[in-house]
Amino acid sequence: MKELRTFLIFSVSVACTFSVGCGGGSSSKTNNVITTSGANVAPITVNAGPAAGDGFSAVNAAFVSVEVCVPGTSNCKTIDDVLVDTGSSGLRILSSAFSLPLPPQNASDGNPVYECFPFVSGYTWGPVQTADVEIAGEKASSTTIEVIGTSITPPSGCLDFGLPPSNSVDTLLANGILGIGLSAQDCGPGCPTSIYYECPASGSCQGISESLTQQLQNPVTLFAADNNGVIIELPAVPTAGEPSVSGSLVFGIGTQSNNGLDGAKVYTADESGSFTTTLSGTAYSQSFIDSGSNGFFFPSTITQCPGNSNEPGFYCPATTQNLSATNQGANGVKGTVNFSVADAATLFANPSDSAFSDLGGTFSGAFDWGLPFFYGQNVFVAIEGASTPGGPGPYWAY
Amino acid sequence: MSEERPSSIKSRVLVAGTALVILVAALPLWASLGGDASSVQTDQLHMQGTRQMTTRQSYTVHEIRTATGMVVREYASSAGTVFAIAWHGPWPPDMRQLLGSYFEQYVQAAKAQSAARMGRRPLMIEQPGLVVQSGGHPRAFSGKAYVPDMLPTGVRAEDIQ
Repeated sequence: MKELRTFLIFSVSVACTFSVGCGGGSSSKTNNVITTSGANVAPITVNAGPAAGDGFSAVNAAFVSVEVCVPGTSNCKTIDDVLVDTGSSGLRILSSAFSLPLPPQNASDGNPVYECFPFVSGYTWGPVQTADVEIAGEKASSTTIEVIGTSITPPSGCLDFGLPPSNSVDTLLANGILGIGLSAQDCGPGCPTSIYYECPASGSCQGISESLTQQLQNPVTLFAADNNGVIIELPAVPTAGEPSVSGSLVFGIGTQSNNGLDGAKVYTADESGSFTTTLSGTAYSQSFIDSGSNGFFFPSTITQCPGNSNEPGFYCPATTQNLSATNQGANGVKGTVNFSVADAATLFANPSDSAFSDLGGTFSGAFDWGLPFFYGQNVFVAIEGASTPGGPGPYWAY
Repeated sequence: MSEERPSSIKSRVLVAGTALVILVAALPLWASLGGDASSVQTDQLHMQGTRQMTTRQSYTVHEIRTATGMVVREYASSAGTVFAIAWHGPWPPDMRQLLGSYFEQYVQAAKAQSAARMGRRPLMIEQPGLVVQSGGHPRAFSGKAYVPDMLPTGVRAEDIQ
């Protein structure tokens, strides 16, 4: 163990001597190579997002473009600024971002199916429709997507989550969410009746038990090739922040010459999509890596930003805190992550910056490794049940 | 409440069922957080779960587990008031049910935080009369809610989990 640590410290010092990509803050990070060419590569941009013009800027949000088509036709629309989310599965696009005559999914009695999907910071609500989905050179034919935003009122089972609506560009801070996480479907087996509904033309929506095949699928699983997972490749971000960052979303793990694991360590996830992060001697078994979270969120005594400030819940330490945690997969593989948390108020003081490597905030139950974790290291996300050179998913590797 | 004493599951459900009818009829705003411990049984029935009790020095933890994998822990003081709730499971719980009369306050605070437009992150609501923390991701949500003034002496926020 001691030898390993010495070796890691040595490797990092060597890597940092000869490269410029060492600002990401992890002892295990080496300068990452970002693939930019290939039919399995879609460009990612981290910037203030599509609502910035309305005064609603996103921070640490990674976007891609997605093409949606009426199934089997060339009647298509490209939607920009779709959030890359490894914390969920399924494609959701705002109805205000496109207009296409997509066929609805209907329940067995012919009523259209709607979905209420809860994210931690808000829910999406809208009809489930069928589309061909294309990203880079990859295509998921005739799959279901959620079209967010509708005049139909959400049913009580949806409203009782108590979450704010994320059904407009100004609340979603994106034109859609591309869920390409560990799960093959968005809801999974035993999906509760508070997620999917059938809504008759008149009368109220009723919760239904949506089968696995009817649920929104992780679109990657439907690609003809490169369908076992993804890689998020983003450069390191300097501690002061940056206005925008460019990287790549690469499909497939070990399926092409540009997506090999290349020595990344595999941390398997449990059935709930979690692994264990140990911080200051406490193990949090529900921890996870999530490109859709915009910071490092974890329990700490670091000073929080004032509740009446513009950054409630983020950390506002007087001096930047350099911290260390250990991740452990369900497979027992362990690794140390060094990271930093700076004063969120200072970071946000420059309104032109959207990417921050050292943004953190409070969360009591687990460690949520958000987008800052991805800066400066390639992160692999292998889908549950998929076969990869690193073994079967679900896992993260980095 | 007498029905919290050990008894067969069947009779407990029967008694609780009666209690539910009475509560719903007499108190349309039955509450969990801030309510009395009898509301735990309302929650248990609502969630169709099984319940387990653990007694600590100054409070009792009622743990409800549902078939869908949701675990809810309700913390009741020795006076019988639910002062805190913690949960984890694949999906968020029915917060209207768990927060009772605090639900609207929670909804308004969550909406205000989302209007603070700092994007996608755990919810952290800290008001003098209500604290709610909630986070996770689809398939694994967790959180807790408590009323700071109601915490029994010596009970820290970290004890609620």
